[in-house]
Amino acid sequence: MLRRTFLGATALALGLAAAAHAQDDGKTKVGFVFVGPVGDGGWTFEHNKGRLALEEEFGDKIETVYKESVPEGADAERVMTQMALSGADLIFSTSFGYMDPTINVAKKFPDVKFEHATGYKRADNVSTYSARFYEGRAVQGLIAGHLTQSNKIGYIASFPIPEVIRGINAAYLAAREVNPEVEFNIVWAFTWFDPAKEADAAKALIEQGADVILQHTDSTAPQAAAEAAGDVYTFGQASDMAEYAPMPRVSSIIDNWAPYYIERTRAVMDGTWESQDTWDGIAPGMVEIGEISDAVPPEVKEKALALKEAIAAGEAHPFTGPINKQDGSAWLAEGETADDGTLAGMDFYVEGLKGEIPN
Amino acid sequence: MNFGSIDPVLLIASLMVAATPIVLAALGELVVEKSGVLNLGVEGMMITGAICGFAVATETGSPLAGFAAAALGAMLLSLVFGLLTQVMLSNQVATGLALTLFGLGISALIGQDYIGVKPPRTQPIDFGGLGDLPLLGPVLFNHDWVVYLSLFMVFATGFFLNRTRAGLVLRACGENHDAAHAIGIKVVRIRLAAIAFGGACAGLGGAYLSLVRVPQWTEGMTAGAGWIALAIVVFGAWRAGGVLLGAYLFGGMTVLQLNLQAAGVALPVEYLSMSPYLITIAVLVVMSARRRTRLAAPAALGRVFHASS
Amino acid sequence: MPGRAAGMCGMIALEKRPQPSRLWALATPLLAVLLTMIAGGLLFALLGKDPFAAIRTIFWDPLFDPQFSGYSRPQLLVKAGPLILIAIGLSFGFRAGVWNIGAEGQYIVGALSGAAVGLALYPYDGWIVFPAMVLAGLAGGIAWAMIPAILRAYFKTNEILVSLLLVYVAENLLASMAVGPLRNPEGGGFPGSRNLAQWSGSANPELIAGTGMHWGVVAAFIAVIAAYVLLARHMFGFHVRLAGQAPRAAGFAGVDPARLIILCLGISGGLAGLAGLFEVTGPAGQIGIDFNVGYGFTAIIVAFLGRLNPIGILLAGLLMALTYIGGELASFMLDIPMAAIQAFQGMLLFFLLAVDLLVNFRIRIKRREIAP
Repeated sequence: MLRRTFLGATALALGLAAAAHAQDDGKTKVGFVFVGPVGDGGWTFEHNKGRLALEEEFGDKIETVYKESVPEGADAERVMTQMALSGADLIFSTSFGYMDPTINVAKKFPDVKFEHATGYKRADNVSTYSARFYEGRAVQGLIAGHLTQSNKIGYIASFPIPEVIRGINAAYLAAREVNPEVEFNIVWAFTWFDPAKEADAAKALIEQGADVILQHTDSTAPQAAAEAAGDVYTFGQASDMAEYAPMPRVSSIIDNWAPYYIERTRAVMDGTWESQDTWDGIAPGMVEIGEISDAVPPEVKEKALALKEAIAAGEAHPFTGPINKQDGSAWLAEGETADDGTLAGMDFYVEGLKGEIPN
Repeated sequence: MNFGSIDPVLLIASLMVAATPIVLAALGELVVEKSGVLNLGVEGMMITGAICGFAVATETGSPLAGFAAAALGAMLLSLVFGLLTQVMLSNQVATGLALTLFGLGISALIGQDYIGVKPPRTQPIDFGGLGDLPLLGPVLFNHDWVVYLSLFMVFATGFFLNRTRAGLVLRACGENHDAAHAIGIKVVRIRLAAIAFGGACAGLGGAYLSLVRVPQWTEGMTAGAGWIALAIVVFGAWRAGGVLLGAYLFGGMTVLQLNLQAAGVALPVEYLSMSPYLITIAVLVVMSARRRTRLAAPAALGRVFHASS
Repeated sequence: MPGRAAGMCGMIALEKRPQPSRLWALATPLLAVLLTMIAGGLLFALLGKDPFAAIRTIFWDPLFDPQFSGYSRPQLLVKAGPLILIAIGLSFGFRAGVWNIGAEGQYIVGALSGAAVGLALYPYDGWIVFPAMVLAGLAGGIAWAMIPAILRAYFKTNEILVSLLLVYVAENLLASMAVGPLRNPEGGGFPGSRNLAQWSGSANPELIAGTGMHWGVVAAFIAVIAAYVLLARHMFGFHVRLAGQAPRAAGFAGVDPARLIILCLGISGGLAGLAGLFEVTGPAGQIGIDFNVGYGFTAIIVAFLGRLNPIGILLAGLLMALTYIGGELASFMLDIPMAAIQAFQGMLLFFLLAVDLLVNFRIRIKRREIAP
């Protein structure tokens, strides 16, 4: 029975692929699958900005389509299949949970190119891409370490996944470098999106003495809580959140997908597209540091920009030994830098951080 | 473990703010349910209020106008529910759910141009030196006007339901609509008024989220607060005071679990996040073992009324 | 002069039909769809989109468009399957006045327990694995539903509230399982379980290629037939109807309320759990932080749209699935915001619920007595 199903699926796939090709009209069609609404002001908002930049760059030569708020799993697979059927040449799937669906659909449409964000499974027609946000976190950590008076930095985290843990570690290491007394208080919100809860988390941290708040959740609720509290510093996340500058927002990490989307679309148009794994950081501009405001003393700003330049030039790495893990065991020796494999799957705190990673 | 850094006074002050949207929405739903109608669309009305309030407040620069618009917008939406359930005699559970779906959609449509916009601030009321009093200051004299409005509404709603003739009439509709109709009460009109009031309250609650508590507009930003408000009505045993208690308990648990995390208390986080719900259930079980609470549900709740004569 | 106009035209009044109208029972859904097309068309036109294209894309293309229908027709079953399965389970309780609003939670826990059993047996792939997972999924859903059932039956705790709050508890449980015990050990620390659909022991594949039929859809069809028989011919069906319409009479007829509550919640929880299990082993493939997508809530609407009748639920489930898939198509083909699609779905539900009135009532124009 299983065998017959597989054979049947192949036959169907061939039929589908043929159908997809009947639709070509010379324009390159680029599809985007978004996990949130384009109005979320964070993750999906920035991906959609990348899509709009793409339209601006190529004008009439391309057509873009997108579908927002696509749940991970079966719905994502269906949306991607329908996009491929509608004649898309290139599809960006922009959430980790789309990984297996992307691979499945890619198998059915060998001539359509797929780009999956933040995953690790690739195929001949599936590339992966992600951003080294931790580079930006290190710059934030440096500023935060200098700014804090109470030596308590609050950190609002979403879920205990490598991406988030990496950010905490990078920020902490950079903060401790400039301020050995610094302490991180971490709150796990266990949600991607609940602005009210983020506001409460920020308040709780502030009331317990934190005077700098870092966030790995996308709403501006913590910024507003900090503004109401007075002298608390925050950083924008995912988008610039410039409406809260110069105080409390003193800088930000911006996800800038536009250059990558333009480059990959051009590759499809030229016929030079190849499957690859991209993990870009500050250097190519995928991770941007939002303007550092005047609330930051000039010498700190200078140091932060210097760190940014050094990271961009490849002279500095946020994870450079000696670094021990939280339990005291050695991780990186003097001068050694972390390899991408360990970073990608990071599931431990570095030495000095308090508390346990949930689970 | 270190509980030392948690300040109970600040905790109470923040839980009051955290619970205010739920208090407002739940009070509205309380009146609706007392009139014998179950409107499960609170979430949809809250989010509609959130965007109406946000849009008008940013356009006019006046939070007060925003709150008024929120009440009005959500009230209009609630009247769709009223029309369907009271005039077209549709099923209340299904209509309420449809209202939530519709409200989430329509609010996102209205809100397309308001993403990343900062609304005008709603300042705490200045009570002079009173806000600096130890203990009482932060809890009683350092909030914005909506918090006081919500407290006043608790009192007013309780008074209206139990001490006024109109309240008695409304409750009569909720207990036995046929009997109420027989003695000449206009059941449908009263229920429509209750539904409109419920919508307005939910709208205020939503606007408090988008204008004060968060404050920003993003799609789906109520993130389930409307459902909690529904639960709190039952939890409060259909009494205004009970609603306040329930909302503060729930808000308190949410704030407390975040504070415990921030204080670095070594408890498993995933269980802490579940705790507000689990504790609400536990308290409910204890309460429902008492006979008085059990009898508090309006007898005609959710039943369709049609005057056959 | 509205007063005078009303006086002249008379007043609209409702008159209850002695019997529900069979004609209108069939005609109202069509009328509602028609009204939605008009109102929805206006909405799309307001947004500057071609209303005719939008309506055609939503209702016609998934079924008949040569480019899409070959794929999307079977997908209707995939999308409708869990909705129907859960709604059938809920319909018993809703008839009897037992309000399970928390099917979403039971769906999650069913998927979690089924997946846990499967993952514990990995990589063993004997035939026994899938049946064991199905049983575990069923048991998980029932167990989660038993919490509100027992609290309601023995402590008189309101089941609407408990079942609803347990959805949030289940969502937290799901998140912690996805990043904790059920996480794929070969997944490089990323959240989410192994892919159950890609391991032959636990896979719930398409049974006949190109039809969308997987075990969950089969289960949904079986549930429809079983519910039909149970309601029409079995004592339990009679008790359920009696308890809903005349609780006091049910007491005299020897219906044990506690037993009825436990049965109703058990059935709905069990079917929701099964739906979760079939979804996680088939279309979804894995446990992830956001595994649940609201089937449990949408199923409540489906149950009522189907008038709590098994055949009605089957049709309502398919209609809902059509608006999802068609809405999706319209969203990216015509660049219509998802929000507009959601509002459109809400409108469809409003109209369906509103015109249902015509089945049980007759509209009469009464002459208004002219006041002296």
